[in-house]
Amino acid sequence: MNDALRRYPALRAWLLLAPSFLWLLLFFIIPLGIIVVYSFLQRDVYGGVVWKWSLDNYRRVFDPLYFKTFLYSLWIAFLTAFFSLLFGYPLAYFIATRPEKTRNALVLALMIPFWTNFLVRTYAWLTLLRTNTGLINVWLMQWGLLDKPLPLFGNTFAITLGLVYGWMPDMILPIYAALEQIDHRLLEAAEDLYASGWQVFRRVIWPLSLPGVVAGTMLVFIPSLGAFVTPAILGGGKRLMIGNVITNQFLGAHDWPFGSALSVLMMAVMLLATLVYFRTGGDRAGQGGL
Amino acid sequence: MTASAAKVARQHRTRHWLRRGLFVAYGFLGYAFFYLPIVILVIFSFNDSRSVSKWSGFTLRWYEAMLQDHQIMVALWNSVFVAVVSTLIATVLGTLAALALERYRRFPARLFADITLYLPIIIPDIAMAIMLLAFFKLSGIGFQTWKVSIAGLRLAVPYSVIIGHVAFNISFVAVVVRARLAQMDRTLDEAAQDLYATPWRTFWRVTLPLMMPGVLGGALLAFTLSLDDFVITFFTSGAGFNTLPVRVFGMIRKGVTPKINAVSSLMLGFSLLLVTLALLAARGNEDRKIQMF
Repeated sequence: MNDALRRYPALRAWLLLAPSFLWLLLFFIIPLGIIVVYSFLQRDVYGGVVWKWSLDNYRRVFDPLYFKTFLYSLWIAFLTAFFSLLFGYPLAYFIATRPEKTRNALVLALMIPFWTNFLVRTYAWLTLLRTNTGLINVWLMQWGLLDKPLPLFGNTFAITLGLVYGWMPDMILPIYAALEQIDHRLLEAAEDLYASGWQVFRRVIWPLSLPGVVAGTMLVFIPSLGAFVTPAILGGGKRLMIGNVITNQFLGAHDWPFGSALSVLMMAVMLLATLVYFRTGGDRAGQGGL
Repeated sequence: MTASAAKVARQHRTRHWLRRGLFVAYGFLGYAFFYLPIVILVIFSFNDSRSVSKWSGFTLRWYEAMLQDHQIMVALWNSVFVAVVSTLIATVLGTLAALALERYRRFPARLFADITLYLPIIIPDIAMAIMLLAFFKLSGIGFQTWKVSIAGLRLAVPYSVIIGHVAFNISFVAVVVRARLAQMDRTLDEAAQDLYATPWRTFWRVTLPLMMPGVLGGALLAFTLSLDDFVITFFTSGAGFNTLPVRVFGMIRKGVTPKINAVSSLMLGFSLLLVTLALLAARGNEDRKIQMF
């Protein structure tokens, strides 16, 4: 045995890998396979499945009722990524242009809320946004700035805000990593060549930070698309996302095959996003992208 | 000529300072956005009223209510138990996998193993949750529980929850440990071998101590992720099992009370403790940063 191990490094590698690989094979790959197979089957009247292959579930996804939810989830994920980029980029730039000590402290300060429980962070916004008893409306009305409460809750605004709040650090950190590595001499060179502030940004800084932007957009888009907690809490039960519909199929309606088809489609969209990410070189984020 | 040059320079400087000021103000606002909701949440956990939006004096009664709430205490220990067990397993498995993938450049099906290890990170928790739910129901493994007594409480923790947590944590540990291994100087291992250390001795005395910051970082990340997880626990626990996040979710559904703020503050305290631990662990690491992506 020892002799074989010494002679074949591949055997050693696989021995090291075996425990985690088996764990993931059993509790990840096989479950994934089950979902894929299920998505082509049909439910029976008792909430079980009938072993009859069909594409009905995938056809049903395009039923306006569900397809609207799917498009709505894509829209929310897009909005979340867009606003995270819009507000996150300047913040990343702000951090990257501080002196080194401040910089490290600021990155840490960004990580702390990120390390706290997602549910707790969503709940915090619930207490702020609720229509009649939310702090924001209560305060604004107390100060006489409003006559009637603003519609801050149970809508697209609330869900997007909750998701931006939850995932924006994922946008900021890769952009920061890309910005931090930009060689200052490049900026000086651009200025020496009479580039305006805007031109320096547009022609030098932005292209160099692009890998970070792509990585951040991915890291925000994917979890937002699969969101379940945020719409459940901040959507007030009125606005559903695809994650909520999938949940209902598995825990409520007991239509596992249809729920599986929805999940497979969701994962396909995410896989596509991931492929785009690798194609555009987002994986080089943090290595400067030069 | 010189006068106008000075003017231009002055204008330039004014604009520079203006821009800087605006920028600092923006940064300040950005951090306020991240911290204010949490701070307000904690403040209202001390509110002497049932309302979470009207301040009516300081009290600790919500914390007392929390400590006396049997279900919350069970949920708290469930969370800790699941996090400890799943972190231990995931750290060992993830570290071994990292060693294989980082130290052996070529072996059969390496790419396949590599992708398998990355997938749980990319796939959203909701998809992983339903996959596991379907698997546990179909395989007949079901939601059998591991019965333990901690702090005078009788816990019944479904194996399925622990299995699920390990499944997503292995990948995160592996990524963190691999990052550390990639930075390490392999010549040190070779030096040990040259000095006639056995492979085992080399591993225990050289490789492992050097990779320890990565292993610790991975374990802390796994522990945090496990404590934080709501979705996968919610789906893989069968009926009646609560971790702290699952309990909080249930409470939120019933209505908003300062008691939820108190539990949330407790969870925040946990997170802060973990961050502090991570920083302390990083102290001994020459990179000053703990390995987290």
